[in-house]
Amino acid sequence: MKHIIQISDLHKEFHMGDITVHALRGVSMNISEGDFVSIMGTSGSGKSTMLNILGCLDKPTSGSYILNGLNMNERTNNELAELRNQQLGFVFQSYNLLPRTTAIENVELPLYYNSQVSAKERRERALYSLEMVGLADRIHHTPNQLSGGQQQRVAIARSLVNNPVVILADEATGNLDTRTSYEIMALFQKLNDDGKTIVFVTHEQDIAQFTKRSIVFRDGRIEKDIPVEKRDNAAKKLAEMPKEDNY
Amino acid sequence: MNIVNLIGIALQALYRNKIRSFLTMLGIIIGVASVIAMLAIGEGSKKSIQEQVSGMGTNMITVIPGAQRRHGVSMGREGAQSLTFNDMYEIEKNSNSIMYLSPEVRGNGQVIFGTENEPSTIYGVNLDYLEIKKFTISSGRMFSEREILTSAKVCVIGKTVYDNIFGETNVDPIGKTIRFNNIPMTVIGVLNPKGLSTFGHDQDDILIAPYTTVQKRILAITHLHAIVVSAISEKHSAQVVEDIENTLRMTHRISKNDEDDFRIRSQEELIKSFTSISDVLTVLLAVIASISLLVGGIGIMNIMYVSVTERTREIGLRMAIGGKGRDILLQFLIEALLLSMIGGLLGIALGIGSTKLVHIFMQWPVYIQTEAVLLSFIICTAIGIFFGWYPAQKAAKLDPIDALRYE
Ligand SMILES: Nc1ncnc2c1ncn2[C@@H]1O[C@H](COP(=O)(O)OP(=O)(O)O)[C@@H](O)[C@H]1O
Ligand SMILES: [Mg+2]
Repeated sequence: MKHIIQISDLHKEFHMGDITVHALRGVSMNISEGDFVSIMGTSGSGKSTMLNILGCLDKPTSGSYILNGLNMNERTNNELAELRNQQLGFVFQSYNLLPRTTAIENVELPLYYNSQVSAKERRERALYSLEMVGLADRIHHTPNQLSGGQQQRVAIARSLVNNPVVILADEATGNLDTRTSYEIMALFQKLNDDGKTIVFVTHEQDIAQFTKRSIVFRDGRIEKDIPVEKRDNAAKKLAEMPKEDNY
Repeated sequence: MNIVNLIGIALQALYRNKIRSFLTMLGIIIGVASVIAMLAIGEGSKKSIQEQVSGMGTNMITVIPGAQRRHGVSMGREGAQSLTFNDMYEIEKNSNSIMYLSPEVRGNGQVIFGTENEPSTIYGVNLDYLEIKKFTISSGRMFSEREILTSAKVCVIGKTVYDNIFGETNVDPIGKTIRFNNIPMTVIGVLNPKGLSTFGHDQDDILIAPYTTVQKRILAITHLHAIVVSAISEKHSAQVVEDIENTLRMTHRISKNDEDDFRIRSQEELIKSFTSISDVLTVLLAVIASISLLVGGIGIMNIMYVSVTERTREIGLRMAIGGKGRDILLQFLIEALLLSMIGGLLGIALGIGSTKLVHIFMQWPVYIQTEAVLLSFIICTAIGIFFGWYPAQKAAKLDPIDALRYE
């Protein structure tokens, strides 16, 4: 199967005055098309650093990174910005939606930075993305008129709108209650079933159970990289949940 | 990202903070409005001085006695008796560039008619005087050459004198005999009014009579107080001044090393000295107004810094989804520019409006120069770029990861 992400012997060091922090100490892995990977590990183990490098927001100190067949080494900041715009989708723990801006405008945002997309196409694609996350009836709502789960859905729609080769999510369910988290995971599972490649950072075991493959980080190294056994189906689990938990 | 989209985003951002945007613009609005109003008032007063001075006759040149020296002792200018009718005759003979010339003798006194009694000034002149001073007759007639030769006791009166003496009874003054310092004189004409001069002097408070009459019958003198000359055109003024100087130095037998015993004043000189005063005033007003414009610019910079800090996470997000440093820089620069340009346009409207109000309610002369309006708009655009640059630069240089993590 085609490898979307190929990294080998990736190192990342942070220098803070005299102290050097080794956030990543030689990470190698491949992620193939259609995979759904969770990255687990204790706080400070290097999960976010890994994801930032995968997301072209940060450059590794050494090692190679090939994204969708493109070598990421020695790229200028402008090239990286363009790659983020066209190859990647981000979902953050704190949603990062623009305040006082409607859902559809938030979702359209990445396409504004792509001069090849016309205004008409921009609107159509944003609408389609919002439909995919089940918010077709909320397109003119602003973030403060939406619940946390709905806001995260808007953020997911935004990450989908440029049709990225991989979606990178850092603790995307970290701010949500269990039920809403499961709803979001059900959405991710659906997107993955449709063929989207997803890399999902979390520190919660039950969330990782929804993914296909679990990578555990420890002190900047991969400790475990195993397929998820007895994978949970989020939609099914939601249905089983007791009624009292309903909001 | 293209410019149209960036302008859209900037407008949205400004609209989301309506009140703050407006208060920020207010600095620019007041700055631009005051620059425009100050320049309009300065320019207006300059124009009105120019108009009034040239209304007195642009080509007019006045010769008056200067400090007299007798045996090395200065006699002072007051009471100098160096100008004579012969001087005027010589001046006329020695210059080809003169259109009109007239002697001038002046006397202050009381004008009496019936029970009315008002102080005024009588000017003894010749027929050219009306042309030189741009006076016209509204009723009756000017005196004649014959009346000059015979020192006839006739006079033409200005509007103010008419109002003072005949105004209440409303009688036709022509043919009436008034008394000037107890000398009876027949009124033969009334002048059209000219109004106040630039210097606040009532130009219509005047009686005009043959110079011979004033010299002999009223003042009992033989010299002249002044010789007024009008050059063929403005261009000839300098030539006339030179001709007069040469002629008078010759007729007054002034040796090479001695000073003139007369002074020549041309209207052109007067305009120059007055407009230079109002130029200084205009510059001063403009400088004060520019300072407020500058303060407005600093206000923009301040708000843009606040805005960049407040929207750090937004900047991080924009970078994460593909915004380049240039896109972020332009976004904030355009925001600053829109603040200053919209402020500038509102300022121009306010400036023109308040200038008009000043004109209507205070009757001040104003003149709005298109150049001044354009210039102040250009300046405030430049201010937007200048003061918007640093905050925008700060935004563009943010690290996306740090920015996204910013609380
Ligand atoms: N910008 C930075 N400067 C200095 N140290 C950093 C920076 N980012 C991360 N680190 C350090 O790198 C290590 C890994 O951090 P991170 O990837 O955020 O961990 P995780 O997301 O797994 O909690 C930590 O020790 C953290 O302190
Ligand atoms: Mg983390």
